[in-house]
Amino acid sequence: MSKDKFDYFIKGEKNQYEVIIGLEVHAQVLSNSKLFSGSSTKFGAEPNSQVSLIDSAFPGMLPVINKECINQAIRTGLGLNAKINKNSVFDRKNYFYADLPQGYQISQYKNPIVGEGKVLLDMPYGSKEIGIERLHLEQDAGKSIHDMDPSSTFVDLNRSGIALMEIVSKPDLRSPEEVNAYIKKLRTIMRYLGTCDGNMQEGSLRADVNVSVRKVGDKKFGTRCEIKNVNSIKFMQMAIEYEAKRQVELLDEGKKIDQETRLFDTKKNETRSMRSKEDAHDYRYFPDPDLLPLKIEQKLIDDLKKSLPELPDNKKERFINEYGLNSYEANVLVSEKEISDYYEEAAKLSDKKLAATWMMGDLFAMLNDKGLNISNSPISAKNFAELVQSIKTGEISGRIAKEVFEIMVESGDNPKNIIVSKGMKQQSDPKELEKIINEILFKNKDKVDQYKSGKEKLFGFFVGQVMKQSDGKANPQLTNEILKKLLKG
Amino acid sequence: MSEIIKKNLSEIIELLKKKEIKSEELVNLYIDKINKSKKLNSYITTCFEHTIQKAKEFDKKPNINSLLPGVPLAIKDLFCTNGFKTTAGSKMLKNFIPNYESTVTENLWKEGAILLGKLNCDEYAMGSSNETSHFGNVINPVAKDTVPGGSSGGSASALAADLTPATIGTDTGGSIRQPASFTGTVGLKPTYGLCSRWGIVAFASSLDQAGPMTKSVKDCSIMLEAMAGFDKKDSTSIEKKKENYSKNLKTDIKGLKIGIPKEYRVENMPKEIDELWNNGKRILKDLGAEIIDISLPHTKYALPTYYIVAPAEASSNLARYDGVKYGYRSSKGNDLIEMYMNTRSEGFGDEVKRRILIGTYVLSSGYYDAYYLKAQKVRQLIKKDFDENFGKIDAILTPSTPSSAFKIGEKTNDPISMYLNDIFTVPVNLAGLPAISIPAGLDKKGYPLGLQLIGKTLDEQNILNIAYAFEKNCNFKNEIKNWWL
Repeated sequence: MSKDKFDYFIKGEKNQYEVIIGLEVHAQVLSNSKLFSGSSTKFGAEPNSQVSLIDSAFPGMLPVINKECINQAIRTGLGLNAKINKNSVFDRKNYFYADLPQGYQISQYKNPIVGEGKVLLDMPYGSKEIGIERLHLEQDAGKSIHDMDPSSTFVDLNRSGIALMEIVSKPDLRSPEEVNAYIKKLRTIMRYLGTCDGNMQEGSLRADVNVSVRKVGDKKFGTRCEIKNVNSIKFMQMAIEYEAKRQVELLDEGKKIDQETRLFDTKKNETRSMRSKEDAHDYRYFPDPDLLPLKIEQKLIDDLKKSLPELPDNKKERFINEYGLNSYEANVLVSEKEISDYYEEAAKLSDKKLAATWMMGDLFAMLNDKGLNISNSPISAKNFAELVQSIKTGEISGRIAKEVFEIMVESGDNPKNIIVSKGMKQQSDPKELEKIINEILFKNKDKVDQYKSGKEKLFGFFVGQVMKQSDGKANPQLTNEILKKLLKG
Repeated sequence: MSEIIKKNLSEIIELLKKKEIKSEELVNLYIDKINKSKKLNSYITTCFEHTIQKAKEFDKKPNINSLLPGVPLAIKDLFCTNGFKTTAGSKMLKNFIPNYESTVTENLWKEGAILLGKLNCDEYAMGSSNETSHFGNVINPVAKDTVPGGSSGGSASALAADLTPATIGTDTGGSIRQPASFTGTVGLKPTYGLCSRWGIVAFASSLDQAGPMTKSVKDCSIMLEAMAGFDKKDSTSIEKKKENYSKNLKTDIKGLKIGIPKEYRVENMPKEIDELWNNGKRILKDLGAEIIDISLPHTKYALPTYYIVAPAEASSNLARYDGVKYGYRSSKGNDLIEMYMNTRSEGFGDEVKRRILIGTYVLSSGYYDAYYLKAQKVRQLIKKDFDENFGKIDAILTPSTPSSAFKIGEKTNDPISMYLNDIFTVPVNLAGLPAISIPAGLDKKGYPLGLQLIGKTLDEQNILNIAYAFEKNCNFKNEIKNWWL
């Protein structure tokens, strides 16, 4: 993965092509209630148990904007370094579908709440800026369930009316890897902000992917196709790869690309035409007369700005400067807010560099193994710091530390207790060590002679014996020093 | 037949307060006449058991300090009433029983009023003659072959026929004022946002406004006071203090400046309307008001603008009636699209379909700018016309309608001529202003004619005062002869 040069090009028969990608990410706003009603947004409830008269569009029902959703959109906009529009408008997007009770979706068309912004990606070949075109708020639709009955469709309106942020990127992405990095970065920023949980399995984050190709060196964009509603990064990457190849093949054959909406079939790993531009819906957008234009005071923006947490880009900078981490380490440790919190808590109580090494090594490997994440780690940050500090002060060796770590995982106990109760403390008393070493040298006179006559490889043998004799508790550094001294004599 | 139900609401309230009549007795008088007046077809639903029950409860523990103590009221069938069928005059909702109560009706019940029944109206309030109702046309008690106007035609008819002491309607382009004018009653369309729209079946959201329909101006002020108020469930509701319209009612209008817009003198307007208007001016002048000629230059664009904006919003508002969740569903069709098409083809009447088609058209890509967007711009100009004049005048006097009640069936095949009936009322909705129609005379057939007073934003008190003074000096007498009994 570590490439120092961008090299994602598709080779056609005649030409080499560059892939142009733009994403429309739909991120579910983290809020207790829906965008225009008081219904709960909790995931996984009984079908149709979180539906108000407004969500199911009963006659005479009216939407009332949920201020928390507005604040969340502003926070996200600020996190994307974007312009917050003090005047925005909610429009109706009209179409008929069984899971759209109003017969229209309330969205923002011409005047979104957030304007242009940018996101910074750390790619192996350097950092890259991806432009944000806009962010707007809209209602989610309900869910049609087609596979419960052969002749009918069931509708669950729990999701109907939940607030979504549609984040539209500029066509600045050039490869599936960049898409991967972009989605992860967006998710990280929103999780830091607490504006979207980014949970793709629960559908909190999904995207429409716009793909076009052009000959390397061309300035003009090619005709794009939109792949609708892809709900995992892996599928996005697969869809892009398939779609780019398909377009390149068409162009190489001298054919034209039709602008159309396509679906990604995850089973067959291919995109299929859903509807052409001619068949595109006419959504008849117009400002929703039930809602006044949304006005945002500068003071609200200022207040929200002040309350924003430190965001990943800034935190990374700080980790490098404050904790002496390298760029790679800092990147990994800020990738999730919970990870960075854990690290900071541990680093305050222990050696900063060693804590980073142990976190990214043993701790992450263990969490990965157990399918856990940092928030439900069996080792608390405080205990983890104690362990790191025990290594740093020479109380235990790195090898013993791994044993202590295992016991900590199983028992949740703190390392001090484990070291004491299991007698795992490192032997660091020079007098005691000298005694042990002298005994070993005395018992192995022949090997000492061989060593002295030049067979220096035997040094390892002596170390091994010391470890064996001390149940592995001998301080390795001290052992080395004393061994060298005594073998000289 | 008791003389009591011929009385005005304010007089009936006095009788109830003085315990000269019990609520139950009063209710029974109305029930009796309603039962004998089915010919008028003004009621879609009655709920007499409920009404009597509530009246008995009131009589047991009368709270005479409320605004409408034990007063039975019938309501336009566009207001959702908890537990009682709410049809909007449509086949689509013919069996729809809401489990919620509109804010406005809730306000009335809180003031002691009792639901007497649901009144006929044009389907989804789309019409000017109450002939588009799925439940049949309503007859104007003024004369058996005439329409009561629309869309609040059932309300106007029931009120004029003494089948309810007062009522409420909704006014999107004249639906309160025009039927009031046709039946010799008072109808007020408040400032947009004064009365909550929550729980009212929507026609055109940016124009719809509920308002009172009564036999007198004083009644009108009592009803408005009871129904108006800020509602956080309606984002377009205006946040302001409640006003005591009835207490503050006065007849002194000396020095007020009344504007007479020259653009309202339309071509082919019957001479008697012109005379009515002149007579109105004279009365106000005699009362000490100053009459000032004004110009509202964009008036001629109001009707076309209205017939773009209102259908556009309606086409979207009515999308929810799709047979999926509630209301009528066609039994025909093999898939979702066919079910939609059959449901909406069978469930909606012609006028509703016509407006959905117009609305869909004007919002379509490629036409949006030329129609909807332009109409919104013109709407601003119409509003500006009013705003500019209201700097120098206090109210505007115009005729309410270009004619008196017309014959049943006379305009049903000519939608444009039907739409023209709203020519004087529509600009007010586009500008969001309050306006009241008051009976001002009879034409040569003996049919009532109304004059309209238009006020500044939230200046309801002022137009009520002018109307009150006018009423006292106009000597209008509505001669309803109970011919249908």
